[in-house]
Amino acid sequence: MDKPLKLIIEAFLFASDRPITLREIQSWLLGETPSSIALALKELQAEYDSLQRSFVLKEVAGGYQLRTQSVYAPYILRMLKTSPTRLSRAALETLAIIAYRQPALRHEIERLRGVDIGGILKTLLEKDLIRIMGRKSLPGRPLIYGTTRKFLEVFDLKDLDSLPKLREIRELGVEQEQLAQARDERQKIETSGKENAASDENEASGETST
Amino acid sequence: MDYEVKLEIFEGPLDLLLHLIQKNEVDIFDIPIATITDQYLEYLDVMQALNINVAGDFLVMAATMIYIKSKMLLPDLKDEEEEDPRFEITRPLMEYMKFKEIAGDFSERELLNRDVFVRQIQPYLREQLADEGSQLDVNLFQLMDAFRRIVDQKLPGVQLKLQLQKWSVKEKTEFIIAHLKQKGSIFFHELFSEDQTVSEFIVTFLALLELIHVGLVKALQRTAESEIRLAPSFDENGENNNG
Repeated sequence: MDKPLKLIIEAFLFASDRPITLREIQSWLLGETPSSIALALKELQAEYDSLQRSFVLKEVAGGYQLRTQSVYAPYILRMLKTSPTRLSRAALETLAIIAYRQPALRHEIERLRGVDIGGILKTLLEKDLIRIMGRKSLPGRPLIYGTTRKFLEVFDLKDLDSLPKLREIRELGVEQEQLAQARDERQKIETSGKENAASDENEASGETST
Repeated sequence: MDYEVKLEIFEGPLDLLLHLIQKNEVDIFDIPIATITDQYLEYLDVMQALNINVAGDFLVMAATMIYIKSKMLLPDLKDEEEEDPRFEITRPLMEYMKFKEIAGDFSERELLNRDVFVRQIQPYLREQLADEGSQLDVNLFQLMDAFRRIVDQKLPGVQLKLQLQKWSVKEKTEFIIAHLKQKGSIFFHELFSEDQTVSEFIVTFLALLELIHVGLVKALQRTAESEIRLAPSFDENGENNNG
């Protein structure tokens, strides 16, 4: 290859309609090491940033992709003559549960959302945001759901590990404490034994807030 | 007391409950169960009056709340060890709030085709780019037919293999992947060779179906009569790049 590596990679990025991986780039080039490719990608990234282009080089779904900056969204939507893709709140909540709980079973998701999700699962499957990972060896052989590569692409995630951390462990600890605290305090004020909303509220906010 | 209902569509009982808790500005750890239960039931009445179908889930929650309310009215039966009966709804509410918050975070991300955009290759262009021209996806029945033809060709021959050989689907899966990696794309019949037994055919076929099912292999056919081609849809590290 006699052309600069950086520019060849830029051409790949320019012409591709999906994120391309470092490995793929390596397979299309002759004798380039992953580290030199990674370096070139970093350089490109820095270049676009410093030139303040309308696009950036992003790491999504395990690969690299050129993406427009969000400030240009209104213009592009006008060009495409479309309205932005929308997901209902219910669909987003379901997707959030699947993303964090995968492999997830339908009944587990329904327990968390307290409502039937058959229709939502179908929508998410159709949009290719979730996939069926298999069946669990439980009575009824329930389907197991997980997220797709498209999910990572749509939600601008490098991989599943880059999902915002669920401060679950710490938070659960706090939750238990708070529950215990709430119980203690309730026992203290129990003598009155009333269920009046207003006074309950006052006492609660007065005593449990830290 | 008149209670004004601003009708919102609630996704489910937890959604309604959360709304009532926020509306009354009460602490989730100290829910005034009587007030909230009354408002909850009132809301169900309105829904029913408006002929909105009240899903069973709403009723289950109503029953739970009434049960909790009754339990709280009987302080004598309360045992020291026993936890606050209201935790039965506090716990799922906490979980629900957590995922609601995450869903909110999700929609604030830079979403593809809403906030950020990428190159799109038009389908017609993609067709031109594909070296084989337009190809039809092959369905299961066409695959089964092709398989039957191969078995039929095989059966008339004399089989005198006596040793019992076992093939695993896993082994055959690796074989197909290796084959596709090496050759790019192959004809369906290339997977089966003359010196194999029918049982080996079957294992190979099962492996192929599995690969198609998980999306690692695509079965394509130019016309209904032409040979079925198998094309890889994984990248170098064997990952599915189709989803």
